[in-house]
Amino acid sequence: MSKTKMSHLGTFRSRSTGDKVFLLIVYILVIFAVCITLYPFVYVVSVAFSDAKAVSRGEVFLLPVGLDLEAFQMVMQYDQLWVSYRNTFFYTLFGTICNLIFSCLAAYPLSRHHFFMRKKLNFFLAFTMYFSGGLIPAYMVVTGIGLYNSPLVMIIPHLVSAYNVMILRSAMESISEELFECGKLEGANDFTLLTKIAIPLSKPTLAVLGLYYAVARYNDFFTGMLYLSKQELQPLQMFLRRILIIASTEILQNAGITDRAAAAQSTMKIRYVCIVLATVPILCICPFVQKYLVKGTMLGAVKG
Amino acid sequence: MNDLVTQKGIVIMTKKGKNGHAVLSKDEKKRLRRKVWNRDKYLVYMMIPVIIYFLIFNYLPMGGLVMAFQKFKPGKGFVGIFTGEWVGLKWFRRFFKSAYAWRLIRNTFLLNFYSLIFGFPIPIIFAICITQIKNKFLQKGAQVITYLPYFISTVVVVGMMTNFLSPSSGIINQLIQKFGGEPINFMSEQDWFRPLYVISGSWQSFGFNSIIFVAAIMGISPDLYEAMTVDGANIRQTVWHLTLPMIRPTIVLLLIMSLGNMLNVGFEKVFLMYNEAVYETADVISTYVYRQGIASTNYSYAAAVGLFNSVVGFALVSIANRVSRKLNETAIW
Repeated sequence: MSKTKMSHLGTFRSRSTGDKVFLLIVYILVIFAVCITLYPFVYVVSVAFSDAKAVSRGEVFLLPVGLDLEAFQMVMQYDQLWVSYRNTFFYTLFGTICNLIFSCLAAYPLSRHHFFMRKKLNFFLAFTMYFSGGLIPAYMVVTGIGLYNSPLVMIIPHLVSAYNVMILRSAMESISEELFECGKLEGANDFTLLTKIAIPLSKPTLAVLGLYYAVARYNDFFTGMLYLSKQELQPLQMFLRRILIIASTEILQNAGITDRAAAAQSTMKIRYVCIVLATVPILCICPFVQKYLVKGTMLGAVKG
Repeated sequence: MNDLVTQKGIVIMTKKGKNGHAVLSKDEKKRLRRKVWNRDKYLVYMMIPVIIYFLIFNYLPMGGLVMAFQKFKPGKGFVGIFTGEWVGLKWFRRFFKSAYAWRLIRNTFLLNFYSLIFGFPIPIIFAICITQIKNKFLQKGAQVITYLPYFISTVVVVGMMTNFLSPSSGIINQLIQKFGGEPINFMSEQDWFRPLYVISGSWQSFGFNSIIFVAAIMGISPDLYEAMTVDGANIRQTVWHLTLPMIRPTIVLLLIMSLGNMLNVGFEKVFLMYNEAVYETADVISTYVYRQGIASTNYSYAAAVGLFNSVVGFALVSIANRVSRKLNETAIW
């Protein structure tokens, strides 16, 4: 928010009653929005740390009651969590690197005004944003080339997204043409121009795209579900789904006897612990990269 | 008379024809093409891996849509998609005659429709509010916090929802019981599916979706506000008569784009949220394709249903794009 923008707002006291009421409503709405957003996270963390008995008596509503790390220990001791964490780490790391390399390889030629295939290739990529063969043929192709139950399936079918290429292309188009001309006069070929001029000068955009790609890789659940049936290859999101959603024997336990209810309570605590462990990496990163995020959405608004 | 002409960014020597336009002889055209190739060949080399990727993972599946008109026979690798027996429109007829067709189209449409009605105004209202906040700390903080849910995975969002709403131990039902109500099994009640889908979707994306409106509002010249305030307008009037009209193009563009996506519903979320008890309101085209194709291996039938979805989706996006081009002169492609 720029300072000049706010200059039209005087101090609160000097305002008319109507304005005061209006601003009051604005503040209430914003604070309400913040509370609504935060509450689920706070509640999950509180349950994860609270005393199991307090949780089962329904005493936890906002802040933790007591302290009980048993559920954390139980989850941490479970090997499958670490296996899936490791898998997701590698899928995210290598996936994002490959995404960025391929995006550069696609965006740079498309950003060269003279490139004789520019229009055709542009359409070739853009068309995939609007029409797709759908799930079944894609499934046939991916399994047909032998990627089923291969860790590569988490990386190769999503090497590059046409939309992100368009964003990067705009960024590279905005680099001054003279720089490339100079480079050419010095005898640089296009690979050199890409690595020495285009990539360094579009670093902010690359950071944004890298972030988007990384979040998408980290959160990807569907690819794993379709193509990875071996548990030792599955990503974190699939592990989470098993714990959080499928293994809900809720209804049975609800009808069951008290010691089952106690078991249900510890399952619930375990679930909340899993949510905490899975979201912490993302929630830690987000505030730091916020300015890039905002920038990134603006990039998307630029005509592709 | 010889002259220098520039074609495709290459300067070559040639004769000028009538009206001063260059007419290239066969030989000169060849020379031009070679020069262009020599200049651009590295760009082509660079694109080759990208082209191969798009051919295999985007265009090959599109070609594979022929299986929608065939009776699929498993072959070696993906060759199977091209070797089936031709059956024409059999699968499409079967789909439209089945009881599912109407239910799936209705559910897909309604989930999007309600998400739009409920979810579209919230980011706009939030953006207007947040730009009125003078306290910088509160403003920035509120923005950072409300963006957060957008980056949480669908699995976690649905997981939180399932557990909060659980009839035995969920916090919502604990509250209901505290006030003397009967616990509700939200996740397996048909009537609750749509509200839950829409509300959770809105919770997850309203902050992030407001970014673009915040930027549009920030782009309005402060002088205009100054002028209105000097003329005695109060805040409500500046919002109504200045802010809203100024961000109208952005609103219209985004609205048209979401109308174009009316038949694309996020598969993951429905898939993670639904169960057999709520198929009546929850089952959408993409989840049906998944069940028919991957789970029951009716590949050709599922491909046909998927093709129907892709074609209608493509038509909607094309119309939306044409309309937005007319209205805003800013097209998506």
